Amino acid sequence: MQRRVVITGMGIYSCIGKNIHEVTDSLKQGRSGIGFDPERKQMGYRSALTGLIEVPNLKGDLSRRQRVNLAEEAKYAYVSTKEALENAKIDDHFLDNNIIGIIFGNDSSAKAVMESVDKIRLKKDTTLLGSGSIFQSMNSTVTMNLATIFRIKGVNFTISAACSSGGHSIGTAYNLIKSGLQDTIICGGAQEVNPHAFGSFDGLGVFSIKESTPQKASAPFDIDRDGLIPSGGGATLILEDLDSALKRNAPIIAELVSYGFSSNGKHISAPDVNGQMRSIDMALKNAKISPSEIDYINAHATSTPLGDECEAEAIYSIFKDHNTPVSSTKSMTGHECWMSGASEIIYSVIMMQNNFIAPNINFNKAAKSLAKINIIAKPIQKELRTIMSNSFGFGGTNSNIIIQKYETR
Amino acid sequence: MKLDEIIKITNEVLVEEFEVEESLILMDSDFRETLDLDSLDYVDLVVFIDENFDVKLNAEDFQTIKTFNDFYNLISTKVNE
Repeated sequence: MQRRVVITGMGIYSCIGKNIHEVTDSLKQGRSGIGFDPERKQMGYRSALTGLIEVPNLKGDLSRRQRVNLAEEAKYAYVSTKEALENAKIDDHFLDNNIIGIIFGNDSSAKAVMESVDKIRLKKDTTLLGSGSIFQSMNSTVTMNLATIFRIKGVNFTISAACSSGGHSIGTAYNLIKSGLQDTIICGGAQEVNPHAFGSFDGLGVFSIKESTPQKASAPFDIDRDGLIPSGGGATLILEDLDSALKRNAPIIAELVSYGFSSNGKHISAPDVNGQMRSIDMALKNAKISPSEIDYINAHATSTPLGDECEAEAIYSIFKDHNTPVSSTKSMTGHECWMSGASEIIYSVIMMQNNFIAPNINFNKAAKSLAKINIIAKPIQKELRTIMSNSFGFGGTNSNIIIQKYETR
Repeated sequence: MKLDEIIKITNEVLVEEFEVEESLILMDSDFRETLDLDSLDYVDLVVFIDENFDVKLNAEDFQTIKTFNDFYNLISTKVNE
């Protein structure tokens, strides 16, 4: 049984907005959410640049028992999931009377782990970590907590796949619904944003050091790009079997038509053109879509010299001279890491809903090797029928998602 | 530390952290029922007592606690040992 899978709700909490409305405005304006965090400098970071995001205060919204178990990224995911469920018109009655699943991408909970280790060293007594420490410290903190809060009775697990975690979570949810194993799945990605989370990443020397101009520092594809900027938040999509969505008169935002994936099988951190091409190609072939039908590509491009060049080569090798518009929303958000594969699908669907392409800000001039792809530096009005989102991660894990405007057949 | 002071600090924390209405905290009220405690909450009570009174309780210490009065007296005994 091959079923159609639609998006019926979206929620977002990121450095460019705390909900869909705010993020839509930022995408249209080309607004950056990047700033400077002095604490990182004190901790010995090479770069103190980061997405600036406020940790939500959930007192009054959730009980103490629920709150103490939430790591930072789970708080973001709670807020984005609440918004997504509201937009999907899924209420408490529906949650209690239907088998709904949850799959999130998350690959660290470093702050919770480090704070607990510090406390053990200080107190020499594990009881004094409190009851929430274990539930905050595991990579599955998002799914274990949200499954409890929203009384989930279907599939329930976390996907850890570096910077493709969010993309793979949505792709896996898509396959489970398409095959008939689940009707509705809450899926997405979450990423902690704190100095504990990114020290080892900063140590690789891959972060931008343009600290005097934070909002201009993330410059994917630009000739003067010097590295990525870490960021994060929470991004949630409600994926649903089309018939189930129609039956309950759910708002149908768009249709997810394909998921491609691959592994490079090479270097642990260096990207690979062939691996990326295999993932893109798989997504196109599974949906029986030709490259010329893709109206927009949301690039993974993080603003690193090697990564952007590799992706541009992979895109050009498949899309050739179709001149397909490409932008990297990481120019505004920074690299939302474990969440990015999910958040960038939301950013792309927002563009589809509002007939525009968000700009790749800070793109002034392409290196010669990148000049072959059509990078959109300023916001443009354009009707988007079919879009693709790229996500590539450490270990050579790649994911590609294709979304189309929903049309009755 | 005097019992009055222990009661004051304890009630403030229970209202703030355990989100119980102050009017429900009575000397003879059922401690577990009033605070709606599960097994995980007792771990957090150990943390709360350590942070506020710098004394360590064990899980078995709670076995004799029936009322708030019992709880205050337990802390008082530990603090003044």
